Amino acid sequence: MLPDPPSIPDLLEGERLMRNNLVERLTEAAITAFLFFFRVAVVLIVVIGSALTLLSGRYSAETWISLVVSGLTLGSIYALIALGYTMVYGILRMINFAHGEIFMSGAFAGYFVAVGLLSVGVLNAGPLATIISVVVMIAAAVAIATPTALLVERIAYRPLRNAPRLVPLIAAIGASFFLQYTVRGLFGPGIYAYPTVNILEDTLSIPGVRVRWVDVIVVVSALLMMTGLYLFVMRTKMGTAIRAVSEDKETAALMGIDVNRAIVTTFGLGAAMAGAAGVLYSLLFRQVFYFTGFVPGIKAFTAAVLGGIGNIPGAMLGGLFLGQVESVGPTLFLDGFGVPSPNQLKDVIAFTMLVLILVFRPSGLLGERITRQRA
Amino acid sequence: MNVAAPTTGAGSSTVRSPWRPAIRTGLLGALVSVYLCVVGIVPIFNQRPLVAGGMLGMSGPLISLGQTALLLTFLGAGFLAARRAPSGRRQAVAAGVIAGTISGVALSALVLIGNAIEIRNVLLNASPALYNLLTFNNGVAGFWLPIVFGAGIGGLAAGLSLLGPKLQRSLFVGLLSVVVLGLFAGLVRTPMLTSPLADLGRLLFAEEGLTVFGAVLFVALAVGLHQLQRTYRIDRRIALMPADRRRTVLAPAVIVLALMILVLPESLGSFFAQVIAIVALYVMMGLGLNITLGLAGLLDLGFVAFFAVGAYTVGLLTSTAELGIADWSFWAAVPVAVLVAMAFGAFFGLPILGIRGDYLAIATLGFGEIIRILAGSDLLKGLLGGPQGIINIPKPFDVPPGSFLAGPNQIYYIALIGAALIAFIAFRLRGSRLGRAWLAIREDEDVAEAIGINLVQTKLLAYMLGAAFAGLGGAVFAGLVGSIFASSIELFVSINVASLIIVGGMGSIPGVIVGAIFLIGLPELFREFSEYRFLFYGIALIAMMRFRPEGLLPSRITLRELQVAENEEPPGGAVGGVVAEAEAT
Amino acid sequence: MRFNKVGVLVASAVLAFGACSSGGGGGATPPNDPLGVITIPAGESLHIAFWGVLNGADAALGQDALYGVQVAVDDRGGKLLDHTIRLTTEDGGCKNDGGATAAAKLAADPTIVGLVGSSCSDETVGGIKSLTDAGLTTISPSNTRPALTAATRGPEFAGYLRTAHSDTFQGKAVADFVFTVLKKTKAATIHDGSSYGQALQQVFVDAFKALGGTIVAQEAVSKGQTDMKPVLTKVAAAAPEVIYDPIFTAEGGALWAQHAQVPGLEKVIMIGSDGMFSPDFIKAAGAGAEGNYLSSPNFSAFQGTYKDFLVKYKAKAGKDPLSAFHAHAYDATNMLFAAIEKVAVKGSNGVLYIGKKALRDAIYATKDFKGVTGTLTCSPTGDCGAPLIALYQITARETGGKWPPEKPVWP
Repeated sequence: MLPDPPSIPDLLEGERLMRNNLVERLTEAAITAFLFFFRVAVVLIVVIGSALTLLSGRYSAETWISLVVSGLTLGSIYALIALGYTMVYGILRMINFAHGEIFMSGAFAGYFVAVGLLSVGVLNAGPLATIISVVVMIAAAVAIATPTALLVERIAYRPLRNAPRLVPLIAAIGASFFLQYTVRGLFGPGIYAYPTVNILEDTLSIPGVRVRWVDVIVVVSALLMMTGLYLFVMRTKMGTAIRAVSEDKETAALMGIDVNRAIVTTFGLGAAMAGAAGVLYSLLFRQVFYFTGFVPGIKAFTAAVLGGIGNIPGAMLGGLFLGQVESVGPTLFLDGFGVPSPNQLKDVIAFTMLVLILVFRPSGLLGERITRQRA
Repeated sequence: MNVAAPTTGAGSSTVRSPWRPAIRTGLLGALVSVYLCVVGIVPIFNQRPLVAGGMLGMSGPLISLGQTALLLTFLGAGFLAARRAPSGRRQAVAAGVIAGTISGVALSALVLIGNAIEIRNVLLNASPALYNLLTFNNGVAGFWLPIVFGAGIGGLAAGLSLLGPKLQRSLFVGLLSVVVLGLFAGLVRTPMLTSPLADLGRLLFAEEGLTVFGAVLFVALAVGLHQLQRTYRIDRRIALMPADRRRTVLAPAVIVLALMILVLPESLGSFFAQVIAIVALYVMMGLGLNITLGLAGLLDLGFVAFFAVGAYTVGLLTSTAELGIADWSFWAAVPVAVLVAMAFGAFFGLPILGIRGDYLAIATLGFGEIIRILAGSDLLKGLLGGPQGIINIPKPFDVPPGSFLAGPNQIYYIALIGAALIAFIAFRLRGSRLGRAWLAIREDEDVAEAIGINLVQTKLLAYMLGAAFAGLGGAVFAGLVGSIFASSIELFVSINVASLIIVGGMGSIPGVIVGAIFLIGLPELFREFSEYRFLFYGIALIAMMRFRPEGLLPSRITLRELQVAENEEPPGGAVGGVVAEAEAT
Repeated sequence: MRFNKVGVLVASAVLAFGACSSGGGGGATPPNDPLGVITIPAGESLHIAFWGVLNGADAALGQDALYGVQVAVDDRGGKLLDHTIRLTTEDGGCKNDGGATAAAKLAADPTIVGLVGSSCSDETVGGIKSLTDAGLTTISPSNTRPALTAATRGPEFAGYLRTAHSDTFQGKAVADFVFTVLKKTKAATIHDGSSYGQALQQVFVDAFKALGGTIVAQEAVSKGQTDMKPVLTKVAAAAPEVIYDPIFTAEGGALWAQHAQVPGLEKVIMIGSDGMFSPDFIKAAGAGAEGNYLSSPNFSAFQGTYKDFLVKYKAKAGKDPLSAFHAHAYDATNMLFAAIEKVAVKGSNGVLYIGKKALRDAIYATKDFKGVTGTLTCSPTGDCGAPLIALYQITARETGGKWPPEKPVWP
């Protein structure tokens, strides 16, 4: 993990260097020791905490299953949003900070469609009507989220493609503020509650486990969309173009690939996923307001990094992993120690896990290439 | 939304239709004006005057901010359309009228649609009040008025575009001065009211916005000064002076500026002192991050952690409430806070030494979040107060209220001195061996290592010194506010610090100061506009990055790099070509 | 020496100028006031301010109160004592540093007569010193932290009163209700890491234990969290009979909506407080709200005028109340107006003089003031609100879209 000590002896400063080398070696030994203890400490906390919690027998198997299910639904939504982050990063090497707001715009679009469908009596008219309604909501969300993202790309990112790395990041932060406060201006600061979709709230009859239809729908549609996206990227011509561009823009251009189209398609796909995720998220948690995109955005970004940013299966894995850590982690790791309100610390656990994983694998779970080249 | 990049000249418009650019500009104008209406800027700021009508016996504003926003949109659309029109005066005017008309039609459509169907369920600001405003209080019957208005203003703007460039500039400066002074009127007037200049303040500024007299006077002054400047070219003359003469001319200006900074709380009041103190806090943090990010190139998005450590350390050591552990004075606590922050810098820096680029960004963001959550958690409630925070942090100087150093004033001086001190240290560091080692790491870690730079030590020092600066900022913050709550420790602070460095110009010390004034000071001064501040904050960030990516006051190195990048053939002809083409359309 | 002469000249010129202008008022006798007198010349407006949270996740709380203030201003036709009322708003962001800056700005404005605000107790802690030092007085419609009006509060709170009730009342009322009316003895609490939620659940915990109940779990969620099943699952393992979660709309709605899906919590009673007392919350909680309870100011003890007020509110805001403290803000504003009317001295030519100390004293002296939230009398430590806490049971009527609930179940 650590870089080696300087290997090129400086002949002119040889003596000084040798004296320094001793100090350096000592510092490095200390640092190595620290890192060792850091890793051991984290692992010990996790292992002992889990053991204490499990041995206390306070929680039944049913509890754990329920926690895992909840982590799975949340994780699949994180994964869907993370796809957009990871694809855009892969192709442009930029963190699209405004992606959470794209997600939020999809959730809002879905809300207004759902209210409309409810008022004409379609939303709860029966299983088929409900399924069609959900599809229409997702379609509306995609129809709003995609143009929004493309507009942001056109106005804020495209002119900055050749700028230094941090410039598009700041522009993305600006876009994020702009979208958030535009929505606040348009719809006000209040919370919009999604109408209840009765059928989705019913539970499946599996003994010992309580799963609602909405959980199933969220996980299944997320998986479907992710598979679809994966196939698109791996099997179609456009997908190949996208992969080529994210490997090497210049060479791809020389091969006759329309780089701009590949980039725009990437943005569009990512936004469509985020918009759909917005509706799924709102079906699960049934509320949306102008700040809704912030927390899931940060989490999905974390998930993308966890999985290895730029890597599509990595984003899915990262999302699912993060969902589980947040859901199961606090109770499993911390409850045994008698920590007060362990659930408050779920993000502490998630980010510690992130750092730990990055310490062991500096480019994420599935990431291969360290992004050495700088724009 | 000021995104209409004017393409230079009319050459880009092809043979298709000569009116295409005018229609496009008109559509853009339409989009912007409808946006301004439904997002609430027009209806909400319709009561806030830019120029008050009091002197003319009107009860309301002569021109409101809301109207100004629409007016400027129409003017801009007409002006741009005229500039893009094919040659000929008549065409230019026609183009302006077309663009203005299209913008107006959009507003008319909004009025008609809004009256036909209830859209307020979705769009909160599409209220009857808005429609009334757009139709000049004529109700639906006056739906055609925005069109006439738009056409008129568009034509007027086109007419302006035909004037000589000199006159155009003067008019522009005059308009700008009224808008800016109208926005800031309250801030200028308030301190004047408590000074001997109270009557002058009342003459020039209304309670909100300018008086008619003030507006006329400021236009005249601005135009006059602009003409003078154009005639005498004062700035160029100063630049052309021999060095010693320039010094004799500029030295008094610097002294006056320094004196003004010294007496500012007394002359402009405690609010300005408070704002500048906050700006100075961010300058400290910015200079800290400037070491980690600007010099060493390590993107730290969790910088607020060190700010928190500094603030909480001071809080714990000095608070007179139950959580206080030492009852120290502020002055004794500050060095400890800086040291503790440094220790945290090392502690956080160590595990992430091997992490690079954007992975580092998210790892540090995680550290910031960890500190934020822990500070407010039930776990550390006994130590840090949880959500109830640490209160009763004494001020550095214990003075009775009403005296000169009371309230934010003393922090103003402390923050200024602190920022100056840190700027000096940062300046010295930059030129040092260490500073150059940081720059080398920023350029290329592997090469830096190969030429014998100890990556571990150098990176750790960057983290520690950056943390120390932020810790000092946090310590002063605790003294300024007198209490510290977990809710002040938020990701937004880290993002703000990173943004101000980039906006100021990465790696540049004056840039950090300018960036802090621009991104922290201005939003504080615009508090009156509450949530819309952040809307404009977002727009400003995008616009800055687009039109001045090197920052407001870039360091020479950054500038050189950008120039090199520009002079190089854009990588991959196709990419560059596509971008250029997209730019042109 | 020459400099001195110039200085004297300038000073005397300025003095002469000032003397002339103040002489222009003529004939009036401005009152003496230890904190200073605000002079409002004819034609200038009477300037009041609202400070509170207008940005970020809690913006609805401040916006709700602001609508209440605006309705009060409109009620007067926008005029008080023949002067137009001018309302300035400042955002404190629900944080102490935001409150400090907002207060510093308002304190520096010599035209401001009185204030309504802040929204969040943290804002008050950060900003009150500036306001009190400037001789100003503020009335908060929604701060509920007990310490702000405790007998032990510091001198910097001299300029602070509130129409909102202190959490001491609310937490105790809920504990009483759970123990004596619902007859439940095992309770769990969940807060959201806000100073409001954390303090309120602690008041409840202490009161509940004092009554003889047991607290089986104390948990917390984070701001912006939407997936509540993990925390609920964990609480379920402790088998509480009642869960008290005094938090805000977004997180509270998620908690209530999800609790019925967690095995073991189907029969558990959820109780929330005034931070969640809004139609948005009921919508967010959906069917999960039915049969559960919210504590809040006792709206049925509100005067008949509340109905009229609601109509005006809706016309102003375009929707139902966003939160629970609009009426408190309306009352606070009217209290301020009443006090101004009491102490203002009319000079000749329409000049108005208002002594700051006199105004502060007049507000503290408010007695039997007929507001919509009840009959208000201010205590010497600044508590003006009638601490009438009621518990409302949410029924199919409310989840069906009718708001607010008609009648409390207790008292």
